[in-house]
Amino acid sequence: MSMSDNISTILASGIRLSLPLAFAACGEYLAERAGTLNISIEGMMLGAAFASIATASMTGSASVGLLAGAVVGLLIGVVHGNLSHRIEINTFVVGLVINALVLGLTSYLITISEFDTHQVAQVGIPVLRDIPIVGEALFVGRWPAFLILAIVPLTWWLVERSRWGLELRAVGENAQAADVTGIKVNKRRRQALMWCGVLAGLGGAYLAVGEVGSFNQNMTAGRGYLVIAAVIFGAWRLKRTLVGCALFGLADAMRLALPALGVTLNSQLLIVAPYLLALLTMLLFAAQHREPRSLGQPFERGTA
Amino acid sequence: MNGRQAADGTGRRILARLAPGPANWRVVGVTILAVAAALGLSALLIAVTGGSPVASVQALFQGSMADPTAWSSTLLFTAPLLLVALGVCVSARSGFFNLGQEGQVLIGAMAATWVALRLAIPGPVLLVVTFLVAALAAGAWAGLSSLMYRFRGVNVVVSTMLMTFLAQQLVAYMVTTPWLLQESRIGTGTVSPQSNKVPANALLGSVGEYPNLQLNAGLLLALATAVAVAVVLTRTRWGFRLKMVGLNPVTAESAGVRVAALGGFALAVSGALAGLAGAVLLTSPVGTNRLQAGISNNIGWDGLLVALVARNRPLVAIPVAVLFGVLRSGGGFLAATGVPPFLVDVVKALLVLAFVAPPVVMNLISRRSTGRAGRIVSTPARVPEEAVA
Repeated sequence: MSMSDNISTILASGIRLSLPLAFAACGEYLAERAGTLNISIEGMMLGAAFASIATASMTGSASVGLLAGAVVGLLIGVVHGNLSHRIEINTFVVGLVINALVLGLTSYLITISEFDTHQVAQVGIPVLRDIPIVGEALFVGRWPAFLILAIVPLTWWLVERSRWGLELRAVGENAQAADVTGIKVNKRRRQALMWCGVLAGLGGAYLAVGEVGSFNQNMTAGRGYLVIAAVIFGAWRLKRTLVGCALFGLADAMRLALPALGVTLNSQLLIVAPYLLALLTMLLFAAQHREPRSLGQPFERGTA
Repeated sequence: MNGRQAADGTGRRILARLAPGPANWRVVGVTILAVAAALGLSALLIAVTGGSPVASVQALFQGSMADPTAWSSTLLFTAPLLLVALGVCVSARSGFFNLGQEGQVLIGAMAATWVALRLAIPGPVLLVVTFLVAALAAGAWAGLSSLMYRFRGVNVVVSTMLMTFLAQQLVAYMVTTPWLLQESRIGTGTVSPQSNKVPANALLGSVGEYPNLQLNAGLLLALATAVAVAVVLTRTRWGFRLKMVGLNPVTAESAGVRVAALGGFALAVSGALAGLAGAVLLTSPVGTNRLQAGISNNIGWDGLLVALVARNRPLVAIPVAVLFGVLRSGGGFLAATGVPPFLVDVVKALLVLAFVAPPVVMNLISRRSTGRAGRIVSTPARVPEEAVA
């Protein structure tokens, strides 16, 4: 293989690996702007991945599976939202429990069930796909991949331009002040978690019925935490969050591809790079207060 | 954590919420119902997927409690779980939520391996040094998060969580690199990604002689630590200050407590206890006595769940850790009944929910009802003032 072939292969696999992250990151970004540091995103992705394969196997349609994944993500978002922003159980506790429950449940169910392989159709954009090096990476993919082109602007518009997003940001920055102006703080946070669930579900389902075609135990393997790292790396800005997803996906692709190319690079270093980058970003930017001020703090009426 | 909770007239209510006192009978009742529901749901899962709930319970019992051998294995898991949970109790008391136990366990085990294999210390002194270094290393690891919070304001939950992944890869690197901790090659044999076996004088022995029952010294260490933590938290000035910080950082600060320093130290202590758990995992017969990337085996995450069920009370954590030990050792016996061992993970998660939710829900209900009666809610005129503060 020539050098340009190698680059093209790594680029294409990097994009494929970063897409599940990108879907989920749009959701996590929105939830964090509303003040929920949502760690159950791992459970959302894993549960959706399982649901998509199970549904695809039952209905025979991978696209229905994708939809089922989004629905399961939404359900987990509703559960998390009600437990932590209605009943007011600590959000990290809820996240931990949901992650443990989903991991246990999906591992249990996959051990006793047999599912067929299902993958959504691949599409390519004519002409553009023939561009050397980047054509194959950017313009050929499973069809849900192209949904990201709609979801990113939509998320940006929702957060930055809509009335709803303005309220979300107010809730994330100063829940008490938002409450005084009449915004229903916990309701907005629950809604943000629902949106996060849909997108994380899409991400997990894309991983399963889009890229792999099957489900295996703990298939997301910490990708949810990677998404949280991406949002931190992006300093709670959408554009930089997506850059983070792309970087993390590329690092993963290099880890997988380099041994075959005869290049020895420490694989542990590549695995750990995203988390290191996120930590460094926090160290560098913490003083600038980029993070939503109420991030991770529960809101309860009457206690300031 | 960065939260500034201004003091107001409802301090008593906050106190009741953050430090649940003696549970009242209604909470106990609802908890019993919730636990029953959790177990019922688990049984339903088994039944729906074609297994037999009765056979599963029998298998769990066989593997964990039926005879002294089963009890030995249960108690081997109990010790590290309890140590991790005690660490959670300490840091949670100060309001610094540590989410990185899994990594701290690994760092403790790694440091312990290094000492046990590299330092030629004779006799049982080696064991003591091993445990001390494990605690110090894991404490320092957690202390990094404290420093990041103290000097750069980095969110503790996030940094401890991210550092777990660092720890995992660090240990993976250690056991795959020959000049670090990977096992030495004998002749032309193959080497696995694990360390050499820890020497015999760095192993935790059994205490006492009982037929078939092995009481590992690790369990005694964990029990003694539980009592010590309970005493420190409830009977010392340091424990009182921790509680102050956890209940209201702003008040504590004005009362002369250095919040970031104290909470940061509590975080380091919680890491050190997780590190001890790592050393126990390495040196007790629960594993292979070698450092492996998977040596922590989710003990860190499970220990966190133990503390959640025990609602951060050190002495209550003892029976809960035994229960989680039962689930762990019994889980291995499930396979024979055709029920996947992952069932115990489902049971654990549901149990945590069943123990965590009732007090919060009951509190919410009583708060809503007193709120309607107008006894606790602030007058409208005070609300903006508080919101500004």
